[in-house]
Amino acid sequence: MKPKSSLPPPIRMLKYALPYKRRVLLTWAAVAGLTGFQLVGPWLIRQAIDNGIDIRNGVPHGNARTLLVAAALITLAAIFRGVFQFGQTYLAEWLSQHVAYDIRNDIYDHLQRLSFAYHDKAQTGQVMQRATQDVEGIRMFVNMGVIRLVYVAALLVAALALMFVTNWQLALLSAVFFPPTAFFAIKMTSTLRPIWLEVQNLQGRIGVVLQENLSGMRVVKAFGREIFERDKFNAEAQNLFVNSFATNRIQAKYSPALTGVWALAMVATAWYGSSEILNGNLTTGQLTQFLLYLTMLQLPIRSLGWINMLWARAQSSGERIYDILDAESAVTEKADAVELRDIQGHVTFEDVAFGYDAISPVLRDVTIDAQPGQVVALLGQSGSGKTTVVNLMPRFYDVTGGRIAIDGTDIRDATLASLRRAFGIVQQDVFLFSATIGDNIAYGAADATYEDVVRVAKLARIHDFIESLPDGYDTWVGERGITLSGGQKQRISIARTLLLDPKILVFDDSTSSVDTETEYLIQQALAELMKGRTTFVIAQRLRTVKSADQILVLRNGQIVQHGRHAELIDQDGPYREIYDVELRDQEEAYERERERLDRVADDDGARAEPAAAAGGGS
Amino acid sequence: MAYWSGGSAGGWSNQGGHWNNQLRPNTLERSTDGSSDEELGSVYNHRVVMRLSKFVAPYRWRLFFAAFATLAFAFATRSMPLAVEGLLRGAENKDAGAINAWGWFYLALAAAGAIAYFTQLWQTGWIGHRLLLGLRKDMFAHLQKLSLRFYDNNEVGRVMSRITSDVTALQDLMTSGFLTILGDIAGISLSIFFLLYFDVRLALVTFSVVPILVIAMAIWQSYSRRAFTRVRQAIAIVNSNLQENVSGVRVIQSLSREDENARRFDSVNQQNLHATIDAGRLSAAVMPAVEIIVALAMSLVIAYGGYRVLNGKMGVAALVGFALQLQLFFDPVRDLVLQYTQLQRAMAGGERVIEVLDTKPDFEDAPDAVDIPDIEGRVDFNHVTFRYVDEVPVLTDIDLHVRPGETIAFVGQTGAGKTTLTSLISRFYDVSEGSITVDGIDVRQITHASLSRRMGLVLQEPFLFSGTVKENIAYGRPEAKDDEIEAAAKAVGAHDFVTRLEDGYDTYLHERGGNLSQGQRQLISFARAIIAQPRILILDEATASVDTQTEVIVQRALKTLLVGRTSFVIAHRLSTIRNADRIIVLEHGRIIEQGTHDELLALGGRYANLYRMTYEQHANGTGAHANGHERAQVPGFDPSPQPI
Repeated sequence: MKPKSSLPPPIRMLKYALPYKRRVLLTWAAVAGLTGFQLVGPWLIRQAIDNGIDIRNGVPHGNARTLLVAAALITLAAIFRGVFQFGQTYLAEWLSQHVAYDIRNDIYDHLQRLSFAYHDKAQTGQVMQRATQDVEGIRMFVNMGVIRLVYVAALLVAALALMFVTNWQLALLSAVFFPPTAFFAIKMTSTLRPIWLEVQNLQGRIGVVLQENLSGMRVVKAFGREIFERDKFNAEAQNLFVNSFATNRIQAKYSPALTGVWALAMVATAWYGSSEILNGNLTTGQLTQFLLYLTMLQLPIRSLGWINMLWARAQSSGERIYDILDAESAVTEKADAVELRDIQGHVTFEDVAFGYDAISPVLRDVTIDAQPGQVVALLGQSGSGKTTVVNLMPRFYDVTGGRIAIDGTDIRDATLASLRRAFGIVQQDVFLFSATIGDNIAYGAADATYEDVVRVAKLARIHDFIESLPDGYDTWVGERGITLSGGQKQRISIARTLLLDPKILVFDDSTSSVDTETEYLIQQALAELMKGRTTFVIAQRLRTVKSADQILVLRNGQIVQHGRHAELIDQDGPYREIYDVELRDQEEAYERERERLDRVADDDGARAEPAAAAGGGS
Repeated sequence: MAYWSGGSAGGWSNQGGHWNNQLRPNTLERSTDGSSDEELGSVYNHRVVMRLSKFVAPYRWRLFFAAFATLAFAFATRSMPLAVEGLLRGAENKDAGAINAWGWFYLALAAAGAIAYFTQLWQTGWIGHRLLLGLRKDMFAHLQKLSLRFYDNNEVGRVMSRITSDVTALQDLMTSGFLTILGDIAGISLSIFFLLYFDVRLALVTFSVVPILVIAMAIWQSYSRRAFTRVRQAIAIVNSNLQENVSGVRVIQSLSREDENARRFDSVNQQNLHATIDAGRLSAAVMPAVEIIVALAMSLVIAYGGYRVLNGKMGVAALVGFALQLQLFFDPVRDLVLQYTQLQRAMAGGERVIEVLDTKPDFEDAPDAVDIPDIEGRVDFNHVTFRYVDEVPVLTDIDLHVRPGETIAFVGQTGAGKTTLTSLISRFYDVSEGSITVDGIDVRQITHASLSRRMGLVLQEPFLFSGTVKENIAYGRPEAKDDEIEAAAKAVGAHDFVTRLEDGYDTYLHERGGNLSQGQRQLISFARAIIAQPRILILDEATASVDTQTEVIVQRALKTLLVGRTSFVIAHRLSTIRNADRIIVLEHGRIIEQGTHDELLALGGRYANLYRMTYEQHANGTGAHANGHERAQVPGFDPSPQPI
């Protein structure tokens, strides 16, 4: 983490407005024009009444020409005012949207460069909230805070000045009501904000209850839990009701108070102003001007409440956005990093250690020497560190001790891009982007041609399936398209990897039971993929383990056994245990099936087969 | 590539096009563009209003009260220019007494206005929020009654939006909209009245600008609606792009796609920027235009009104009063135009809400339904036929009699009716013909609660709820004690990993158990299925998507769990199928073969055929590039859709 800036986050956020400072100035100019012409209107009306009509002793002394000129000027002023108002609103929107755009780009870019360590902890929902609602919070603050606040201030100062020049006693009387209005407006929004946040939170919770209930309806019904679910929902709904009703109560209290205070200001001004007219200290036109100004000022003063709230929102939004932007990736590239070229695929781990914190290491003293083209099988219980070993090689995390080298080069001396290009990773849980199948295969190689894509799809044994789809390679997958089975996804992932042609391969083999047909296709695709590459397999299948050049058995982050199947099977150790518990099942089941198959083939009348136990083994 | 540049969030192409309202009963109306809240209805929908007025009925006196307060507030506000006119006339006539009288009157109006406004807000909120709560509860309770048929036909997202965004659209109408409209109409009428009162001719001249305002607003509305729809679509694309980036960050980094992605994100981000700025230009235009029209009216008042004052046809005080009243006149006119869309949206929302409330449940507990406290577990299918849609039967004439404690395995291709058959036992659907009995009692005569208590179900996708591990295991039996929960967990082999969790059985599981692995989730769902000691157990592909380790644990547990329970198993693991007491082979919804594994092999029919075919092909296939060790499965029975 960088040392935190001492500035409040919304102020720090204003640096995003800096590139647009000319626009800011232009917007402020529009604000000035708007304020000026807005104040001219009531002044013109006063002139029309006092000079155009000019009532003295109950008799008008004015003339129609002055009236006509005033009327024309009123419309003209309104047109100018309209132009400036349009300019101000539009420019403010332009500015705030550009700021939001820049922040979004920054967040996006920063997020995808943060290492796995960050993403392991971050929850997608939270990150999304920052990138959407929090950016919107900043955007509105820029719009309202930077522009609107200036407008309110300018309008208030100018109007008050004009009023004081006209009649300072009356001006003072009107102005007395401004502070309480502003105070109530701000009080209202600061009282409302926490409850609104709570309402939002509760809406989220009710959404979760709803979503879970509807998606899990089969489970709800299977367990006969409809009443329970209804009560759960009703409790949340009740909670939401209590809080939303509370916001209503607050608004019902403050809004009439605000309207009432302002009405009082009007009453006082009109009443006192009338007696001033009676005493000859004020003209009818001047009082009209006063009353029109008051009407005009009500909303801007009340909007101070909203500006206050936007400030509070920008405060927390800004903080959360900087949580992302200030987060430093645990994996960074050296300034003098070199490109890895012409890789042979010789991977070495030298006394590698890794831990998220100092107390509990995940890996210790891991030493591996994988020769180019070898198959290394990693075995061990979940949590033993298999996945961590493979994640360290492409520097998704950095080692905390020892070093990893490729062809003798420490991976920390290589550029991240060239290092990761060297690896092809086929995950257990294949992530497909919502795009066409073709795009997904070419995901890592944007410059691949259609022919390239078809070629690797054929090698990965997925081409025929893709061709059978109505839109072929243009079929959409992911959220908005068709759903693929695990086996199909895996073969797409293999095709994707083949296209990259990496020298080193990482394959997570702990796939769930796919049907044999798919299994067979996957095996064929894998055989293609492994040709001539150094391969690391997180192995679950006996066949993979038996054919590996090296088997590494991990336990609690350490390599406890190392060798080939033939060597390890005769030793008393964890490999035998795993073999007995997990792998032999597969072998025995297979052997039995083979025998049976042979017999069935020989003699269709075979009947008296002892049923084999499901779990086999011990 | 094509998909980035397209940027058409509106273009939801629903491949396969399986939405067909004519053919599918129980399917909610689908809006044309797929985003239901965009669709607008008519301004007034009698059916909606009548239905909703039933919800309002208990609060009608309060509603009258609120309406009265609304009218009072409108009246107080509109009378204020009259007070100003009185004050000015007093000043003109040098009548201090009149000034004071009008002053007090004005003050009284201000006070009355504030009180009326307070009453209006308080009462409308009171009613509106209660209506909303009632509506939400009713909808949810109703959704619980609908059978799975409804959920088969309607995606979760769509049902969700009925109870969230559609109800919210109604909320606006119910909490404030209705009375706002009433207040606006009252305000306009009163303003017209007072303007006419001040000066009839001047009033008539001024009204000439109203049509301009209304037309301008209406045109602006139709443009802005389109612009804001574009904005919503653009931001939706930005967000889904971002979401995908966050979820897929591991793939992105491993493929070094960061720069390319940043470039593409920038392009959708920019599209959003342009859409918002376009919309911003439109919304920036509306206020100035309105203000200019209002100023035009004001110019008319000054010119023509002033002329009339000069000619002695009107007092200057009346002119000022007129000008002030005019300011009040335009606000509700503008507001009503805006409310128009709001009202359309609310009516459309109301329509959709009512549609859900009016969807009839397929079945409910019969009035004379009985509880089955204890059963042996005998299940009989008596010539059962079932169809989802009227014409095509999914199951035809299933006649199957299962002894207590027997294990039945269903085998057949995808779509053969295996899952449907097991669903009928739990009475997710009702049979179309024939009957299903448990211990001789027709399931339609058994209360849903007691029937489900006797059954345990494990699905391929282990669905957990957010809550603790304990709560999830005890889902079907909330009164279960801690040791019962533990016993259930031990029985299925889940105890070990649960105790290793941070808070053991009290570990909080996030949405759908996201903090557990798939295998761990499935173990918990196994524990959940057996905690109530069900007599009948249904396993629907229960181990199809778990890792090998979990599968070993489950297979071991099953050996004891199946003993003494009537079990129905859909699986593709050979050993599970082979261990069954009876294998039922289904094809096109009919039982074509049944018997033990050996009997069926000996029969040399479909089962033997499928079995051999799959196995030989598999054995030959893998032999080529490996030493042939493979897990024994019978996938040919459950083939993936692709050609080989």
